[in-house]
Amino acid sequence: MYYRESGDFKTSYQADNQFISVYQDKILVSIIIFLFWLVLPLSVSEFTFQAILIPFVIYSTAALGLNILTGYAGQISLGTGAFMGVGAYSCYKLVTYFPEVNILIIVLLSGLFSSIIGVLFGLPSLKIKGFYLAIATLAAQFFLIWIFEKVAWLYNYNNSGAIEVPTSTSFNFVVTGPSASSITKYYIVLIICSLMTLITINLIRGRFGRVWQSVRDNDISSEIIGINILHAKISAFAISSYVIGVSGAMLVFFWKGAAEANLFDIGLSFRILFMVIIGGLGSVLGAFFGAFFIVVLPVLINVVPQFMGLAVASETVEHVNLIIIGSLIIAILIIEPHGLSRLWSIGREKLRLWPFPH
Amino acid sequence: MNASLAPDNIQPTSPSGNTLLEVDQISLSFGGVKALQDVSFSVEEKQITAIIGPNGAGKTSMLNVINGFYHPQQGQIHFKGLHRKQMRPHEAAVQGIARTFQNVALFKGMSTLNNIMAGRNLKMKKNLFWQALYYGPARDEEMRHRLEAEKIIDFLEIQSIRKTPVGRLPYGLQKRVELGRALAMEPDLLLLDEPMAGMNLEEKQDMCRFVLDINEQYGTTIVLIEHDMGVVMDLSERVVVLDYGRKIADGTPDEVRSNQTVIDAYLGNN
Repeated sequence: MYYRESGDFKTSYQADNQFISVYQDKILVSIIIFLFWLVLPLSVSEFTFQAILIPFVIYSTAALGLNILTGYAGQISLGTGAFMGVGAYSCYKLVTYFPEVNILIIVLLSGLFSSIIGVLFGLPSLKIKGFYLAIATLAAQFFLIWIFEKVAWLYNYNNSGAIEVPTSTSFNFVVTGPSASSITKYYIVLIICSLMTLITINLIRGRFGRVWQSVRDNDISSEIIGINILHAKISAFAISSYVIGVSGAMLVFFWKGAAEANLFDIGLSFRILFMVIIGGLGSVLGAFFGAFFIVVLPVLINVVPQFMGLAVASETVEHVNLIIIGSLIIAILIIEPHGLSRLWSIGREKLRLWPFPH
Repeated sequence: MNASLAPDNIQPTSPSGNTLLEVDQISLSFGGVKALQDVSFSVEEKQITAIIGPNGAGKTSMLNVINGFYHPQQGQIHFKGLHRKQMRPHEAAVQGIARTFQNVALFKGMSTLNNIMAGRNLKMKKNLFWQALYYGPARDEEMRHRLEAEKIIDFLEIQSIRKTPVGRLPYGLQKRVELGRALAMEPDLLLLDEPMAGMNLEEKQDMCRFVLDINEQYGTTIVLIEHDMGVVMDLSERVVVLDYGRKIADGTPDEVRSNQTVIDAYLGNN
């Protein structure tokens, strides 16, 4: 009853082309943005920042990046973890060489390196599709991890073999390193995540989005209408790897603080892929849903017994958690194979008619 | 992909009158199967030409050769007076060749509007930077092309399904959207592969009307493959008949109708 589009007339193509075009949705999104920008950061504890908010934002960015490639352009990639690694390592090297440059700029630049590597490993996509492409990107995964381990130059010849984030300041705030406060880090990742989301939305609703989706849906007829498949696939790999690389740099610089090569192993790739699939392929919103499901939900479930004052051993909680998350994944995929974002849009459709059945 | 339209790929030849497309002794074979043998015909500007023939005659192969899917072993194609050798389909699209498919090949996950807008991709030039910014030149360009897309939507009378994902549309409408997508490219030559296949009478009449209107209003040259002889005879000004990969007749509908070889090919000669 309250969620109606009738009477909400669009009088220009511009108004019709808005990303969120329904009035009620705009209100909802504004509330969510307000929540994440002001309410949550000013009210939550240090633990929540470290365990929920910061990883949620970082993983959302990564899922967003993979969603461009897998959801919109239809190219499966299992190299996400390694591409995040490329972002992180290049960010580390850039900080080493240009310590005085603002860290925000460094993080945004480090995505470019990941982008180049992504394009390189995306080239096989011109010849191979589907599972075979997944295997080809798997090669990138193993090869890059090997490089991260073997090339000591990448971690500045540290004895530990790990990259450690140096302390840096920007605008008189300590933004990286052990002494940086969580709220500063949170705002930085939020700014970068918002920027990436905006860029993604703009690309998706324009020419690039159509080109990617057409290649996903039917590569033969996209070629017929004059789409260069090479450009389409390579640009999808480039943009996707850029966003993924930036998220990798954020992962190390604003969350973990230090990283070894095995942080970016195949497990991370699968984690991001799960987020995209559970959240919903080809949906910007889905990336956030997926990240919430995979990153935030386990933490929430973990603290439930504490909250209720139950004396349960922490290992038991951990195991029950795995069971719950596992069965939820199966349940969601059975109920709606297109992921949480589709469930969300079905809910919206229902809400449109509510309280009437048709 | 303008680089591949380099001079060694296309040499200007003497343009012959107002012939838009000239197919010259095309032979195409897949291993031992000879799909096309020495087929030659020409398509005049602003005319509707039909290619007919029994199943397996090589009609679709012929279209695939024209828009660059297949590369014939022998023969040449002249389009707009330019000689061309091997060419990728998207390069053919740049030159102004659009087509639809026998079994609809739309982008199923995208809306009708986006399918048609995708057809305008070649005309849109704003680069990644402007696209990422969206506000400004990219949006202006988008809105300009939206207007063109809306004109096509009006022309094909598909306003009500503008925002529907095409995968959910019935077959007849999908065919119409596919025609719209081809039309959005503003082609000089439109190849229609069985545009009326699987349609009922009303849908066929609608489609015929659209084909004639496209030809008249936009002045588009059309080559179509069709099995419905009534449609072929009514629509086309010229008919090319293929059988077993060879051209057996070529002429006005009346000439073809009374041609004994054509009658034999369709009905047998006993």
